[in-house]
Amino acid sequence: MPRRNDLRKILLIGSGPIIIGQACEFDYSGTQACKALREEGYEVVLVNSNPATIMTDPATADRTYIEPLTWPIVAKVIERERPDALLPTLGGQTGLNLAMDLDRHGVLAKHDVEMIGASAEVIAKAEERDQFKAAMEKIGLGVCRGQTVSTLEDAKRVLDQIGLPCVVRPSFTLGGSGSSIAYNRAEFNDLVAHGLAASPVHEILLEESVIGWKEYEMEVMRDKDDNVVIICSIENFDSMGVHTGDSITVAPAQTLTDKEYQRMRDASLAVIREIGVETGGSNIQFAVNPRDGRMVVIEMNPRVSRSSALASKATGFPIAKIAAKLAVGYRLHELSNDITRKTRACFEPTIDYVVTKIPRFAFEKFPEANADLTTQMKSVGETMAIGRTFKESFQKALRGLEVGSFGFGCDAKDRWGTPEQPSIDEVRAKVGRPGDQRVWYLRYALKYGISIEELHEATAIDPWFLGNLAEIVELENELRTKASLSRVDDALLRKAKQFGFSDRQLSAIWNEAEMEIRAERKRRGIVATYKAVDTCAAEFEAYTPYYYSTYEDPIETAAENVPPGHEALARATGRGDGRWAYLEDEVPPKTPGRRRVMILGGGPNRIGQGIEFDYCCCHASFALRELGIESIMVNSNPETVSTDYDTSDLLFFEPLTAEDVLNIHDRVQPDGVIVQFGGQTPLNLARVLSNAGVPIIGTSVDTIETAEDREKFKSLLERLGLRQPASGIARNLAQARAEAAKVGFPALVRPSFVLGGRAMEICYDSAQFEKFVAEAFLVSEGQPVLIDRFLEDAIEIDVDAIADGERVIVAGVMEHIEEAGVHSGDSACAIPPYSLPGPVVAEIRAATGALARQLHVQGLMNVQFAVKEENERPVLYVIEVNPRASRTVPFVSKATGMPLARLAAKVMAGATLPELGFYREPIPAHVSVKEAVFPFVKFPGVDIVLGPEMKSTGEVMGVSERFSIAFAKSQLAAGTVLPAEGKVFVSVADRAKDHVVGLAKRLERLGFELLATRGTAARLAEAGVRVTRLKKVQQGHPNVIDYIRNGELALVMNTPSGKGARTDEGRIRATAVAHGVPCLTTIQAADAAVRAMEAMREEEMEVHAVQDRFPNYGGPQSPSP
Amino acid sequence: MINAAKTAKLALEDGTVFTGNAFGAEGEADGEVCFNTSMTGYQEILTDPSYRGQIVALTYPEIGNYGVNAEDVESWRPHLAGFVVRHCSRHASSFRSSGALGDYLAANRIVGIEGIDTRALVRRLRIRGAMRGVLSTTDLDDGRLVAKAQASPGLVGRDLVREVIPPAAIPWNEPLNRWVKLVEAPHVAVGPDAAHVVALDYGMKWNIARHLFDMGCRVTILPGTATASEILDLEPDGVFLSNGPGDPEPLVYAQETIRGLLGRKPIFGICLGHQLLCLAAGARTYKLKFGHRGANQPVQNLEDSRVEITCQNHGFAVEAESLPGDLEVTHVNLNDKTIEGIRHKTLPAFSVQYHPEASSGPHDSGYLFARFKGML
Repeated sequence: MPRRNDLRKILLIGSGPIIIGQACEFDYSGTQACKALREEGYEVVLVNSNPATIMTDPATADRTYIEPLTWPIVAKVIERERPDALLPTLGGQTGLNLAMDLDRHGVLAKHDVEMIGASAEVIAKAEERDQFKAAMEKIGLGVCRGQTVSTLEDAKRVLDQIGLPCVVRPSFTLGGSGSSIAYNRAEFNDLVAHGLAASPVHEILLEESVIGWKEYEMEVMRDKDDNVVIICSIENFDSMGVHTGDSITVAPAQTLTDKEYQRMRDASLAVIREIGVETGGSNIQFAVNPRDGRMVVIEMNPRVSRSSALASKATGFPIAKIAAKLAVGYRLHELSNDITRKTRACFEPTIDYVVTKIPRFAFEKFPEANADLTTQMKSVGETMAIGRTFKESFQKALRGLEVGSFGFGCDAKDRWGTPEQPSIDEVRAKVGRPGDQRVWYLRYALKYGISIEELHEATAIDPWFLGNLAEIVELENELRTKASLSRVDDALLRKAKQFGFSDRQLSAIWNEAEMEIRAERKRRGIVATYKAVDTCAAEFEAYTPYYYSTYEDPIETAAENVPPGHEALARATGRGDGRWAYLEDEVPPKTPGRRRVMILGGGPNRIGQGIEFDYCCCHASFALRELGIESIMVNSNPETVSTDYDTSDLLFFEPLTAEDVLNIHDRVQPDGVIVQFGGQTPLNLARVLSNAGVPIIGTSVDTIETAEDREKFKSLLERLGLRQPASGIARNLAQARAEAAKVGFPALVRPSFVLGGRAMEICYDSAQFEKFVAEAFLVSEGQPVLIDRFLEDAIEIDVDAIADGERVIVAGVMEHIEEAGVHSGDSACAIPPYSLPGPVVAEIRAATGALARQLHVQGLMNVQFAVKEENERPVLYVIEVNPRASRTVPFVSKATGMPLARLAAKVMAGATLPELGFYREPIPAHVSVKEAVFPFVKFPGVDIVLGPEMKSTGEVMGVSERFSIAFAKSQLAAGTVLPAEGKVFVSVADRAKDHVVGLAKRLERLGFELLATRGTAARLAEAGVRVTRLKKVQQGHPNVIDYIRNGELALVMNTPSGKGARTDEGRIRATAVAHGVPCLTTIQAADAAVRAMEAMREEEMEVHAVQDRFPNYGGPQSPSP
Repeated sequence: MINAAKTAKLALEDGTVFTGNAFGAEGEADGEVCFNTSMTGYQEILTDPSYRGQIVALTYPEIGNYGVNAEDVESWRPHLAGFVVRHCSRHASSFRSSGALGDYLAANRIVGIEGIDTRALVRRLRIRGAMRGVLSTTDLDDGRLVAKAQASPGLVGRDLVREVIPPAAIPWNEPLNRWVKLVEAPHVAVGPDAAHVVALDYGMKWNIARHLFDMGCRVTILPGTATASEILDLEPDGVFLSNGPGDPEPLVYAQETIRGLLGRKPIFGICLGHQLLCLAAGARTYKLKFGHRGANQPVQNLEDSRVEITCQNHGFAVEAESLPGDLEVTHVNLNDKTIEGIRHKTLPAFSVQYHPEASSGPHDSGYLFARFKGML
C-alpha cells in the first residue's frame, strides 16, 4: 500500500507575511498541499500568521491557526492538535526554519511528530553550507571554492585563499538576505560584519566569485523509491551575481546542448540523492562558465520554492500537490497527470513555448536604498509570460510588468527619440551595472548600434538573448520605415505580432490610435490564438484549460476540413481554389445555456497590490463556480493561487493590458467581466474595456469614476451632508499653488489613479509643497494631482462594506492604530474599534450605508474615514471611497467570519444579499489586529518612518479576546519581539513629549530601564521617571547607536521630528532595524505596545483554530438577529 | 532584410498545407511526417539514421540556439528527409559551436521549413495518426503538393535499412564524449583480451558503439545485412542489434540472421534491434498511431518497479499478445503500457524498445550496457 495509513493528522506550516523573498508562491504551494492531503483523507492542521492567504481560509484546512510563526506558539498548536506528522517543505524558508526550531527544542520528539518529506538531518545537510559542500565534493561535483567562518579574523584568512571579488553569504537567511559581493578589502570587512549579524546562527560563507557565469536552476522531484524526475530547467537572462529572484529568467534552458543539459540533469539527480531528500521537490542552482562549460553547484533548496511555483506555472506540472502526495507515501508512477488524465506524474514535462519571468521592483518607494542588483533579493513581485518564441514571451512579460511599458520600447516610457534620450555614454555606463532599469538601457544600446559582442562583454548576458533583443530592435527599425499602417503588408504586421509587439507599441510607431491598429489587424485576420499549457507539447490530449495567446500563420485546408469551433478564425484564401485558411485555437466553445464570467486579476505583486487581491479573485472564481457559472481567470503573476489551473474553469496566463484582455474577450465571449477584485490593475482598464463593449458587471464604471473624480465626489458628499477635508485638484503647477493656498497647510499632495500612496506626501509649508508637487505631477503621468487638507492627530478608520444595489451590509469597521497620515496599508488596525466611542461608530456605519446606496454599489466598497477632535467633539471626515475590493477584505473576512469576496462575486452575478442569507453586520466575539510587515531589513540604511506612501509588503493577524493580547500577537507575528525586560530608548518629537511621560511611567512599572537623550530625558526626569541620559549621535560616544550595536537595547521608541536616512534619528531607526531591535515610530503604536507588554504579564497567549471561532464560517446568517 | 526569407510549404496527405519560410537546403522532400518532443539535442536527432524517410517536426519552438558542432553527431550526416521547426535561431551561442544550424542543413542538403504552427501540426498528427507529407521550396502549388504527399510511399513494408547501413565492416574505437560523464573518469582500456562485440548496424546511433567501447569492449560494426555465419566467423563474445529506420517486418534477412545467433551468442538489441529480436523469436510488430519520439518517456522496469526516463524514437512496436512463451516483458511504457523491453527466458538475449545510449536524452538507462557486458 503506497498511502501511509499510520498517519492521520498532518501539520503544515505556512510562510507567514509576504516579504521580499517569500511571497504568494507559498500560499499557492500550501493551498495545493492542503487540498492534496485532504483529498487523501488526512486531517490537515495549518498554522500561518498571514490572513491574506487562501490557505488560511477555514475551508482550506481542517484546523486553521492564524497565529504567530514562532516555535513556542506552534508548540502550543501541536499540544492541542497532536498531529502525527509535520510536512515542513511547503512553507518556504520560514516553514523550514520553524520546523528545525521545533525539532531542536524537542517539541517534535516530545509529541512524537514525524517530519515527513525531509528530515531535520536532510535539511541541515542541504542548508548548512559546509555540510552541503562536503556532500557535493563527495559525489565529485564542482562547487565554488570557499569556507564558512564566524569571525572577521577567519574571514580574512579565507580571503587570502580565494581572492577578490568574493561572495559573502550569511547562513540560514531567506531570499539571500545579507548576501553580497565584495570587490575590495574595505567593502569586504563591512560585508562580513553585516553578514554575520544577518545570520541567525552568526555564520557566513565566503566564496569564490562566479560572477558573469551562466546561471541555471533545475526543479527536481523524488519519491521514496528513488524515482527522480526533472520538472523544469530555468536559465537566467542575468548572469551570476544577480539573485535569481531579481533576474529575468527563462524556461526551459535555452543555450545548453543536450550533452550539457544531461550533465546538469545527472548532477541534479546526484545532488538530491546525496542530500537525501526523501520525497518531494527541490531546487538546485548551477553556474556554468560560458568559456569552457565548467559547471558548479551553487545551492540546493530541499523544499518547494519560488522557482518551483514558477516551474509549475511554466509547465503545468503541480509540484506542490505532487510533493504533498509523495510525502505520504505515494510513488510518482502511482499518481496521475491531471492534465492528460491518462498518463502518470512520473515523467518529465516537455513544453512547446518559451516562458519569461521578469521581476518587479519597488525602488521608487525607497529612494535612499541602493538599487544595484546583487546576490540579495530586492524585488517585490514578478510577472510571467508565455509565448511561442523568446521574443514574444519577453515582450509580453515586459508589458505584463505594468510599469507603463508595453514591450521592449516604443511606448510612452520610451526615451528614445525624445529630448530625454540617454547619451551613448550613459547607456554604456548603465548596461554594465545590473539594475531594475537595465533592460531599457539594453534597448538604447541596440538602438545606438552597439554590437552584441560589446554588450555581452559589458553585461555577461548570453549572446543568444542579446541576439534576440537585437532582432526585436531590428524589426522595430523596419516597422519605422513604413509611414503608416496602410503601408504595412499582412506578412510584416503578423511578424510584428509574432515578435510580441503590442498594438500600443505599433500605435506609437505609426502614430495611430491603438484601437485603430486593433481594428485593422482584426480586419486582416491577424488575431491572437490560444494554445494550451499541457506538460507534453500536445503529445497527449490535455484536459486542463490553461491557455496563453500567440500569433501563428494560418493553415490552409479544404473548406470542409476546417476543424469545428474554428469558424471565427477561418476565411477563404481568396485564391478561388475553394480552400480556406484558419488559425488553430484550443479554447473550448461556450456551453449553450451556461454563463461565462471573466475575472481580471492583479498582475505582479507590488507594494500596495498583492496577495489580498489574489485572494479576492480566487474567491470570486470559487463563488461563480458554486453558481454554475463558468469562471475565467486572467492573470500574469506566477506566484498566485489564481493562476493555479484548478482555481477556475478557464485560465488565461496573459498580461493585463486592454489589448490582451480584449483579445481573450473576443475569443471567449464572456457574459460578464469582473474588474473589482484585482486591485487598481483591472480598474485602470475598466473604461477602455467598457467603451469597447465589454460587459462589466457589478458596480458600474461610471460609479467607479465618480468615486475617483474629485468634483463629482465632492458634490456627492455635499448631497449626503458628509464632511470632507478641504481639497483641491490641479492639472498644472500654477493651479496646484492656488489650490494649496485655499486648502492650507498641512496639506496632503498625491497623484490620482495610483495605488499604494505612490508619491503621496504631507507638506507642512510651501517649500515642502513645491518639492513634492513636482514629484506628484511626474508620477501621475498626465492625470491631475490632488491636494487635500491634512488632518493632524486624527484617528483613521477603514470600512469594508458589501451592497447588492439596494441593501448595504457593513462587514467590518477597522480602527487604525497609527494616526491618519500613515498609509492605511502600513497602519495596524483592529476589529472591532478599540477606542472610538459608540456614537461615532454608529455615524460611520450610517455614512457608509448612505454612500453605498447613493453610488448604487453592487459588490464591495471600502471607505476611509478620519475622526478628529474639534472643539472637544469628535468630527467625522470622509477621506476616500473605493467601490471595489480593498486590501483588507481577507482580514475582515477572517476577523468576522463573513466571506466578503465570495458574496460580492455572487451579488455581481445577480444575487441579492437576502438570497445569499446575509442581513446584517457580523459582530465577532474577539478582537483581531492586523499589522503590516516591512522590507526595511533588505534596504540597509533606509529610514523606516511611516508616511502616506505605502511601504509594507505584507501583513499578519493577531486574534484574542483582548485587544492588548491580540496586538501582542500581531507584533510577534510581524517579527517584532516585544521585550519582557531590558533597556528602552525613548526619543520623541516635541509634540509627542506629553504623551510619552505616561508611557515611560508604565514601562518603569514593568521594570524596564529607560534611556533618553537630552530633551526627552529632561522631560521624563521632570515627571519623576528614572532615566539615563545618553549623548546625541553627533555628540560622540557612547550614544544610542553604540547601545544598539552592542545588543544592549531591548526596544527603541523614536517618533520622527523630521525624516530621512541622513538625519540622526533616521540613522537610529535604520540601525535598530539592521540589528533586529524593535523600533516603534508612532506614539499610538508605542501605547498599544505598552498595553501589550502589560497584558502579557497577566496572561499567556492562547491559540485557537479559526474553525472553533466560526463553526459556521461563511454560512448564512439567521434572518432575525 | 528580415522579410526576404524564401517561402516553403509542408503539405499533408489529408490536404492540410502549412506555409512558412525555407531554411537549410532548397528542394523538395517527401516522407512520413512525425514529431519529436525533446527540448534539446536537435543535432543528435538530425544525425540519427532511424529518421530515414521521415520529415521530423520538433515541438520545442526555439531551435538552433547553440548552433552545431563536430562532436554531437550520431552518424556521419543527417538522414531525415526534412526538418520542421517553429523558429530557427539566427544566433548560435555555445563555446562548442562551430556553425549555424541553417548552414549545416544546407551543406547536408536537408530541406527545412520554419515559422509554421508546429503545435497545430502535432495535434493533427496526434489526432489523425502519422501522415505522409511533402516539404518543398520549389513547388508551392497546394494541389500538386497534396497529391505528392498522397503519392509518397510511407514506411510500412519498406526496407529503409539498406539506405543507411555502412558498406563494410568497421572497427570502432571512439569512447563516450567527455561531456557525457558527470565525474571525469577515463574509459576502460581496450586490450587484446577485451570482450569482442559485433554490432549489427541497421542505422546505428554512434553513441551505442561509444558506450560499448567505453566499457572496454572491442567493437566491430557490421552492416545489418550480414549473415549469421559472417558474424560467427568473427568469433564475437556478444552481438548487438542496433536501432534503425522504418518497419522491421520486411527485414526478413535480419530476422533470419538473429535466429542463427540466438542461443549461440549473447544478444542485446535496441529499438529496431529489439523489434527484430522479437520478430525472430516469433512475435509480431505493428505500427503505432504516431509513435514515441522524445526524451521524456517514462518506462517502468518490472523487476524493481523503478521508473526510467528514456529517449525514444520508434513508430512500430511489438504486439504484446503475440509474444512467444519464451520471451518475457521486462519493461513497459508508463504512458500507454506498450512493451519497452523483453528478455529471453532461457537464452542470453534481451532488448529494449527505447534508447539507453541516450544522445539525445537522459542517462537513466545506461545500466543496460553493463548488463550486456556482464553476459559476455
